[in-house]
Amino acid sequence: MWTDIFLAWRFFRDGRAQSWLLVAGATVGVSVVFFITALIDAVQTTMVAQTLDVLPHIVVRRPDQTLRNTGTKPGSVEFASLFQPAQRLRSLESWPALMAEIERFDGVLAVSPTATGPAMATRATATRAVTLMGIDAERFPKVIRVTPRIKSGILALDGNRAVIGTELANDFGVNVGDRLQIAVESKPSTSFHVSGIFDLGNKDVNRRWVLVSLRQGQTLLNLPGGVSALDIRVKDIWAADSLADALQRRTRLRVDSWMATNSQLMVGLKSQAGSRDMIRILVVVAVAMGIASVLIVSVVQRSRQIGILRAMGMPKSAILRVFLWQGAAVGLFGALFGSGLGAVFAWLFQHSAMNPDGTPTYPVDFSPNLFIGSGLVALLTGLLSSLLPAGRAAKLDPAVAIRHE
Amino acid sequence: MSNPALELSNVTKDYAGAVITRVLHGISVRIDVGEFVALVGPSGSGKSTLLNIIGLLDRPSSGSVFVTGIDTGPLDDHGRTRLRGKSLGFVFQFHHLLGALTTLENVMMPLAIASGSMNKHHQERAHEALRAVDLLHRKDTLARSLSGGEQQRAAIARALVHEPSLLLADEPTGNLDRRTSDTVFQLMRSIHQRLGTSFLIVTHDQRLAARCDRVITVADGRIESDERAAP
Repeated sequence: MWTDIFLAWRFFRDGRAQSWLLVAGATVGVSVVFFITALIDAVQTTMVAQTLDVLPHIVVRRPDQTLRNTGTKPGSVEFASLFQPAQRLRSLESWPALMAEIERFDGVLAVSPTATGPAMATRATATRAVTLMGIDAERFPKVIRVTPRIKSGILALDGNRAVIGTELANDFGVNVGDRLQIAVESKPSTSFHVSGIFDLGNKDVNRRWVLVSLRQGQTLLNLPGGVSALDIRVKDIWAADSLADALQRRTRLRVDSWMATNSQLMVGLKSQAGSRDMIRILVVVAVAMGIASVLIVSVVQRSRQIGILRAMGMPKSAILRVFLWQGAAVGLFGALFGSGLGAVFAWLFQHSAMNPDGTPTYPVDFSPNLFIGSGLVALLTGLLSSLLPAGRAAKLDPAVAIRHE
Repeated sequence: MSNPALELSNVTKDYAGAVITRVLHGISVRIDVGEFVALVGPSGSGKSTLLNIIGLLDRPSSGSVFVTGIDTGPLDDHGRTRLRGKSLGFVFQFHHLLGALTTLENVMMPLAIASGSMNKHHQERAHEALRAVDLLHRKDTLARSLSGGEQQRAAIARALVHEPSLLLADEPTGNLDRRTSDTVFQLMRSIHQRLGTSFLIVTHDQRLAARCDRVITVADGRIESDERAAP
């Protein structure tokens, strides 16, 4: 085998401009693959992170109520019909046991109970429709990363304290320590001290969410001791759908993953991924065709040398390997230089858009996987594209090849 | 009695086309170990076809070919390639050295192909072969940088380095001027005398053929004459 590698390397070196042009082509191809992968991954990661920072990955609720219409006239036959009435807020049954069970599921990072429902917030003469969220102050931040996004005050919900978003605070002109009234349906309103103001990066959430203690939420929403949902954070966000399915089968409850509740986002992500894959495939095919065509020319140019090698006893398989190694060399150099060039492009892209705090808007993850993946693509492209020329070289009739003009 | 270096028995070769053309008609010949033989004949007489069959680069349509006593008929491509690499050496009119390799690397190549790697022992044997053709001082020169005569001497060293039983030379001096031709021929002669390697030299040059121990003349795909020089 070392003889094949030795010959492949010497042939590759002997090709000079031809070889280095091949490497240049592979370098450009790999850098495009690297850059496109890094770019789309960064954009997707940012989009998903921004969305999922304010969303639980999975929500477990009671299934919607459906009623069966059984009102048939005497003597007539009717098909039973199902209809969905207006849904009222109902608690999950035996939710502490359910929460403990879900926590034991592989892939679940954290579970938080919430008592969530519509409410009206009032400050002086201003009124806003809000979403009242009774939460467990210890568990909730493990599901929704709210603590680092508290802009003023703290996440303290004991007694009659509430945490609101920046938009609602602006609408009401309130600061930490001020009061606002919360009313649910026709019940008398309850006064809350604002203990903290958060900015979750989503104006709607910042305007609508009012966080109170779980007990206050249960009381105001008429869910004594109950919760309306269990919010879940998972290890692998892309496995949320399958985990939700597993939970649904196990609990017979309504279980929605972020993928199901954000179908528009998923369509966008899939479209981006599809475009990325298409560009990668086209680039790889173009590079492979370039390598194959140049190596075929090289086989023709070296016909006599191949013939004499066969005459000296070199088997077909070794001739095949000589050209496969050359393809691999092109792929290897393409991988090394291309990953480097792609990394430079990605770094420039990352530094082209920055957040006010100086962090990149689209942080590129220069993970080993990105380098290894691009390298493997290059190596495989080099090997596969050299299969055809290598096969032609191996099939050359030595008697004919030696007399090749 | 030892095996002959080469034995052909009733070898024919047909080429299929619109009509089947027979280019070799029942060739039978035996070359003993240590013989120095010239194969002559006009263009189109079937010399090259015969050399390809002897060199195991082509198969006969019928008849048998024995190389060092081994019947090559039943051998598959891999077996023929191995036997060729072990028992035969080739020198061509156009040296066919690998231009990207140094002279030494070219000469080491048959050994490297047989063993799959290059080692110190191969290097020493290549040095010896280069010394035999008086080219050791050019061992580190790229093959493409050698003169025509040097290239042919390097090709001879390469053909001999693995000590083949039979060296096949196809017009080895056909591309050289007269003085260099004489030098190369003399070199082959001295190697033959020193190592006892059998030589089969295809040539148009009657002057060179006359200096061989035996001259086989081929015409129209048949052996027309087989003459041995007077002792």
